Amino acid sequence: MPTSASSAAHALADVTASDSTLRRFLHGLPGVDAVGLEARAASLGTRSIKTTAKAYAIDLAISMVDLTTLEGADTPGKVRALGAKAVRPDPTDRTTPATAAVCVYPDMVAVAKEAVAGSDVKVASVATAFPAGRASLSVKLADVREAVAAGADEIDMVIDRGAFLAGRYLKVYDEITAVKEACGTDARLKVIFETGELSTYDNIRRASWLGMLAGADFIKTSTGKVAVNATPANTLLMLEAVRDFRAQTGVQVGVKPAGGIRTSKDAVKFLVLVNETAGPDWLDGHWFRFGASSLLNDLLMQRQKLATGRYSGPDYVTVD
Amino acid sequence: MTFEYAPAPESRSVVDIAPSYGLFIDGEFAEAADGKVFKTVSPSTEEVLSEVAQAGEADVDRAVRAARKAFGTWSALPGSERAKYLFRIARIIQERSRELAVLETLDNGKPIKETRDADLPLVAAHFFYYAGWADKLEHAGFGPAPRPLGVAGQVIPWNFPLLMLAWKIAPALATGNTVVLKPAETTPLSALFFADICRQAGLPKGVVNIVPGYGDAGAALVAHPDVNKVAFTGSTAVGKEIARTVAGTRKKLTLELGGKGANIVFDDAPIDQAVEGIVSGIFFNQGQVCCAGSRLLVQESIHDELLDSLKRRLATLRLGDPLDKNTDIGAINSAEQLARITALAEQGEAEGAERWSPACELPSAGYWFAPTLFTNVTQAHTIARDEIFGPVLSVLTFRTPDEAVAKANNTPYGLSAGIWTEKGSRILAVANKLRAGVIWSNTFNKFDPTSPFGGYKESGFGREGGRHGLEAYLDV
Amino acid sequence: MSDRLSVFKTYKLYVGGKFPRSESGRVYEVTDANGDWLANAPLSSRKDARDAVVAARKAFGAWSGATAYNRGQILYRIAEMLEGRREQFVREVADAEGLSEAQAAAQVDAAIDRWVWYAGWTDKIAQVVGGGNPVAGPFFNLSSPEPTGVVAVVAPQESSFLGLVSVIAPVIATGNTAVFVAAERSPLPALSLGEVLATSDLPGGVVNVLSGRPAEIAAPLAAHQDVNAIDLAGADDVLAKELEIAAADNLKRVLRPQPVDDWTATPGIDRMTAFLETKTVWHPTGSLGASGSSY
Repeated sequence: MPTSASSAAHALADVTASDSTLRRFLHGLPGVDAVGLEARAASLGTRSIKTTAKAYAIDLAISMVDLTTLEGADTPGKVRALGAKAVRPDPTDRTTPATAAVCVYPDMVAVAKEAVAGSDVKVASVATAFPAGRASLSVKLADVREAVAAGADEIDMVIDRGAFLAGRYLKVYDEITAVKEACGTDARLKVIFETGELSTYDNIRRASWLGMLAGADFIKTSTGKVAVNATPANTLLMLEAVRDFRAQTGVQVGVKPAGGIRTSKDAVKFLVLVNETAGPDWLDGHWFRFGASSLLNDLLMQRQKLATGRYSGPDYVTVD
Repeated sequence: MTFEYAPAPESRSVVDIAPSYGLFIDGEFAEAADGKVFKTVSPSTEEVLSEVAQAGEADVDRAVRAARKAFGTWSALPGSERAKYLFRIARIIQERSRELAVLETLDNGKPIKETRDADLPLVAAHFFYYAGWADKLEHAGFGPAPRPLGVAGQVIPWNFPLLMLAWKIAPALATGNTVVLKPAETTPLSALFFADICRQAGLPKGVVNIVPGYGDAGAALVAHPDVNKVAFTGSTAVGKEIARTVAGTRKKLTLELGGKGANIVFDDAPIDQAVEGIVSGIFFNQGQVCCAGSRLLVQESIHDELLDSLKRRLATLRLGDPLDKNTDIGAINSAEQLARITALAEQGEAEGAERWSPACELPSAGYWFAPTLFTNVTQAHTIARDEIFGPVLSVLTFRTPDEAVAKANNTPYGLSAGIWTEKGSRILAVANKLRAGVIWSNTFNKFDPTSPFGGYKESGFGREGGRHGLEAYLDV
Repeated sequence: MSDRLSVFKTYKLYVGGKFPRSESGRVYEVTDANGDWLANAPLSSRKDARDAVVAARKAFGAWSGATAYNRGQILYRIAEMLEGRREQFVREVADAEGLSEAQAAAQVDAAIDRWVWYAGWTDKIAQVVGGGNPVAGPFFNLSSPEPTGVVAVVAPQESSFLGLVSVIAPVIATGNTAVFVAAERSPLPALSLGEVLATSDLPGGVVNVLSGRPAEIAAPLAAHQDVNAIDLAGADDVLAKELEIAAADNLKRVLRPQPVDDWTATPGIDRMTAFLETKTVWHPTGSLGASGSSY
């Protein structure tokens, strides 16, 4: 870690002094060449993770899942089932690790909290008028406070993409800091950029730094509600951002790709990205998460395959 | 607990290497006239892979005569028929690509990741590309009825054995020439497997002849009076010797020689991609690449930051068993090449440059050299001037675009260069001033059969690839 | 005719835009086809060759960097200037080659037209021999011809003017600079051409004219490490081989002597492409694929 962490952090404090200083800083970040970034992500995707490495990766991936249900049709029953699954993903094999968290809407936080009671599984709640984020700040903050009051351990907020794309970076920054404050000292804050709407890699890099400057504990790709969600390339880019941010400030920030990661093979590729970009310090459920639902069952089936040597099937894992 | 990648070796059983191979002349495998053989070894283990007949002057002569005999019929074939032979070859290469990738990795020492994802796809693509030209030559801009030259004598290096074969043979056959090709003595096997592909494709006898051997065989081929075209890829020193040999003859000559490519990184570069480009530029194929970006020219204002990133990235490179699918850095091709790299690196140290390598355990058998970079290098250092042809990067700094261009061009070579900047006009201005045949801007080491490749100055002359690549094999 | 005694011209070299004598101080006698004295021409030395290469190298940056349009204008200007001095060249060519006035005029006219032909090529050759390559990947990829650099030319021996123009114009049309060795026995049209070039807006050093013994002057040019290419048009077999061997030292591009039956025939583009390099520039395009953010 840089010995000058505090002075670096101090130097960065100046950049949020005004809209123009913030803009200068964000636009002064190195550009991203899209083709090169995607080629690097694809190249890491060719790593061949076998036998012991695969077993390690699958268990690690399970322990990083934010098992998610974010549907209009969610009910307490559905959320309880989800909680049970998070705590004990494979009832036939007690050695299976629990997931990192369940992720629900704010009104389901209390139910979820009860469902995971007595375990280490956290309850994460999307808030701030998820997924569009089109509400006034006061409504967003109320949303956050209620979720935290109901026991949420983690808040997954969405940024105001409209403000970001309009170049009003300070507005986005202020909103994140306000939400961070509303999270209090106990709840960790994940900041969702909705990368599919930011549209360019340069924007994703800027959003990552903006989020980290504003106090994000995690930066998260997407809501899962738009056409393009987590990709190896945008996650790689965000991993570079947290790596560089720690090198400059000494502050470590987590990363959460969400949406579209459905297979064990995909999950393992993301873990390779983590391992070879941010490094082993991030290979932990405290610093890296998968926002996913169907991924978990595929991980469990692969885990069974490794244990038994035969391919598993959907009837041998639980629906949730 | 850390994420240790378990060994993931590609299966060797996909390739069946015979204990011995002959020369491939006139459609038959045959022993050398004097019965000589040489051994080819796996550079990563020093295991003997096979024993190969060693061509001498008499064998080269026999091969040239076979090619001459085949030339009449082959050149008289309708282009559309020649095209179909080449398409067949391309397809068979695709079918057998895993086998060939493993073979190439065994014989050359380069990682399976590269043979599988770069060499073999490019080999097949090259045959596909030139197959399509065979019946369209009148549209290529070389006159209404361009004619082939005759017998092409082709000498190729060991760094991309099968790809260099494709670069040589595909355009030669498409234009109606016949071929005698000498692969390098350390990597003869993929060319001999290619002979088998010619058999499977039903290629007429004598159209392709393969004469593995040493420099003497290459010299005999180049000097043979009945050879009409000489194509050579290899060192600049040998290239000059060949140019002297063919002086005063009617032989058409193309040379693809050495390089000392500059990879120029400006302060506004996309840094993470630049780091990848630098790594690919000098560590792809262990740096045994003529167009390698072996000189990193970095703008002084970002030198420290870039070097930190680069070193961090180098620490993630995985060196080891080339057949392991996760290996990034394979073996050096031969003991001789390893000795050369070692000597130049030592000279770099002796001349005061600062040497750095990531922590990296080298296997006990085989020929290995850790990824290495030198800082505090100036244009006066030997390692900034001589082609090392190994995984050794020399880092120099510059202050202004003019200085970058001046330093980049300050070499007798002129094969490749890289430019990293987010400013479009700077790319165009700098690319315009660089004296090199291929300029990669915001990327590096990209190849494509449609794209002409070749050098300025002492990096050789003539172009391989694309429409331009036809000219070398046509009487124009 | 009056009895006025005519004023002889002192023929001089044309190097770096100036008209020096040979640094060696030597001259040699040039005669017409009947052996009658015409003039003394400078007998250039290897040092003259060296100076000419320095001048050509110095001129290369600006000439190769000039717009193709500008080079075309200047080549056309050469034709204009020649047209104005047509009679002089007809007389010199007739004397040099033992031609009738009509035959010499045909040669001169063809030479003037050749400048016009190449003037039109300067901004077209790149489109004919360069272009985009459809590479299999998200890259923009463009191949363009660029001049090789300093080209040494052994001018044809038998065609003192049309042959000379036919080998010089393609070299400079594409942005190279040239050092040429005039036909040994008939150097006067070449030396006079220098005077035309000097008044045609052609920057000094783009073309440098030496006269003398090709075997003496061409050898240092072929061996010169700052010469990029050599055209052996006027070298005999023995000299050509010797020069080609010397040229290998820095891998000069070598255009071997080729039999030319008729210099008036329309040339192809081969004399231009012989002294062009192909540079291929790559840049990522960014894809608009389904992978999300992509540019």
